[in-house]
Amino acid sequence: MTTATAAEDGRLAENIAWFGRALRAAGLKVGPGRILDAVAAVEMAGVGAREDFYWTLHALFVSRHEDSVVFDQAFRLFWRRRAHQERLIAMLSPVAVPQREQKRESVLRRVEEALFAGVGTERQVEKPRVEVEARLSASVEDVLRTKDFAQMSAAELAEARRRIAHLRMPDDRARTRRLVPDPKGRRLDLRASLRAAVATGGDLVLLKRRGEREKPPPVVALVDISGSMADYSRPILSFLHALAARRKVSVFLFGTRLTNVTRQLARRDPDAALAAVSASARDWAGGTRIAASLRAFNVEWSRRVTAQNPVVLLFTDGLEREVDDTLPGEMARLKRSCRRLVWLNPLLRYEGFEPKAQGVAAMLPQVDEMRPVHDLKSLESLVAALSGPISRWSLPPPVRK
Amino acid sequence: MTADATRGALPGSIDDTGRLLAGQGYVADRALSTVVFLALRMGRPLLLEGEAGVGKTEVAKTLAAALGRRLIRLQCYEGLDLSAAVYEWNHAAQMIAIRLAEAAGESEKGAIAADIFSDRYLLRRPLLEALEPHAEGPPVLLVDELDRTDEAFEAFLLEVLSDHQVTIPELGTIKAAAPPIVILTSNRTREIHDALKRRCLYHWVDYPDAAREMEILRARLPDAPARLSAEVVAFVQALRKEDLFKVPGVAETLDWASALVELNAVSLDPGLVGDTLGVLLKYQDDIARTDAPRIERLIEEARQASRAAE
Repeated sequence: MTTATAAEDGRLAENIAWFGRALRAAGLKVGPGRILDAVAAVEMAGVGAREDFYWTLHALFVSRHEDSVVFDQAFRLFWRRRAHQERLIAMLSPVAVPQREQKRESVLRRVEEALFAGVGTERQVEKPRVEVEARLSASVEDVLRTKDFAQMSAAELAEARRRIAHLRMPDDRARTRRLVPDPKGRRLDLRASLRAAVATGGDLVLLKRRGEREKPPPVVALVDISGSMADYSRPILSFLHALAARRKVSVFLFGTRLTNVTRQLARRDPDAALAAVSASARDWAGGTRIAASLRAFNVEWSRRVTAQNPVVLLFTDGLEREVDDTLPGEMARLKRSCRRLVWLNPLLRYEGFEPKAQGVAAMLPQVDEMRPVHDLKSLESLVAALSGPISRWSLPPPVRK
Repeated sequence: MTADATRGALPGSIDDTGRLLAGQGYVADRALSTVVFLALRMGRPLLLEGEAGVGKTEVAKTLAAALGRRLIRLQCYEGLDLSAAVYEWNHAAQMIAIRLAEAAGESEKGAIAADIFSDRYLLRRPLLEALEPHAEGPPVLLVDELDRTDEAFEAFLLEVLSDHQVTIPELGTIKAAAPPIVILTSNRTREIHDALKRRCLYHWVDYPDAAREMEILRARLPDAPARLSAEVVAFVQALRKEDLFKVPGVAETLDWASALVELNAVSLDPGLVGDTLGVLLKYQDDIARTDAPRIERLIEEARQASRAAE
């Protein structure tokens, strides 16, 4: 269709605004000012050929070469038919749409809430969800802390995410090889000493020192987004987003394939970051191929992200359908390339959990530590554990009252 | 056209660039010749990325030799700082100078300071060296394995690369009269920052195809038996298609070929390949996986490929 039909609706400006919002959700830097400019520019240029319209919007909305591809795809999808707008918004929204039948009611509700929260669509106006808000009060404080992420409503999840963002983050330190001025440092800084001595005319030589700078070791996170982990992936990604604000974090998603989402997660706004992350992985809530994913990581990414000896966080339940003999080898290689390998397993929420599944049994000997991650409390204890010294893996995990 | 006449002059076209590199035994493909030509013409740094052993560092060495310029190499490592990359003061000499000044009864503080922070006590490190004037023309500055430094050093490089200057607090800003030819290499052990990439021309150096690898082998090992060379290239090409943790680069091909020449081999056989596999593969897993049946299959593939090439 040409844009003329859109203009006939008298809704061109509105559509451009929607388009701008969609682009923003996809990660482009589109502010309200840009949208106003775009509307003005389209009016100025006149609504003519589709190509002119394309390049006009392109000129206003795209400010980096990489964004051009995103713009192109979004443009084609958006300006085709109205029905596609909703689909596009759904695709770019911060939710891993779980497609499982059994949980339809609750999932539908959550997707709806997540998708249309604050968006102001007609659907939201029709079905306000006030009772969900009412359930969240100060009296449920502790309940929320130990409530399984899988059992939370969207409002509770939102609250959990807010709290995750305010978690005290781990405070571990690793020595780097870069030297900084340090009065207690081990090395003499002759250059600084001499400059200081010149100031006193050489009468008084105060020795200046330098020491190795310390900074938090980088974190590499491998997050399982298969069906069995679907309820946990989002809170975990929120956690990683909050962590990434403080230190270098590389994040990979894996289900049936491995996706690097480090750049997407680096967006400052948590919603935009999660939106970009879910848009970039195509295997949400599918199967798991742990060994193949680890191999992909080891071959393609390990040399590039483990050069600075990171802490590796492996988020998975270890439930692998086809366990072959390559899994221990890939785990061992992963272990060798990092300072500390921590396995975060939501299955540990079950009291009687035993590492009987083949995949779990194959992976367990290679990790330094295995911890639960199913609720806020376990995330807090993860933070505490990362701050402390390296311990051997423990089972059952340490419980802090 | 004599060699002296062209010496030092920049190539005038992409073809010239290819010939210039070939003259020093570096067989470049069209894409690399183009990007080298553009980097020289536009005076922009050239960032070469690629797996280890594909010949990134060689480009800088070859350019320096072909243009008759000095090669100044800055090998990067974690913790690299200004005193190792740009300059350092000769503290021992400075101390002696201060003592001597005292002994001579010099009391003017300003004079002492001006003297000990002068050119005489300055130790030049690669980056400063590259910005200084050179008789044979601006040097080739090779910043090797940039990915091994930290972000702080990368950020510092931005000034050097875009403005060709460094600032020494005691001496002021030193700016190059003629900017050096800068080649940066990275093995991608980490991602180079966009800000740095934006200032450079970028090229991904890939493994060569069979024909080009054959040319490289001929240029570097002209004495190797033709049949052996053909089989070596075909074998390595086949090996690169296998599922390996680290596939061999051109450097490994050359090493392996010269090892086989040393062993007086004229053709590949499974035993010989098995014994010399360590020259090609550098990971134990890969060597263990490349067992006798696999070697035989690869040799068979290589024979067919080299026959087809003839």
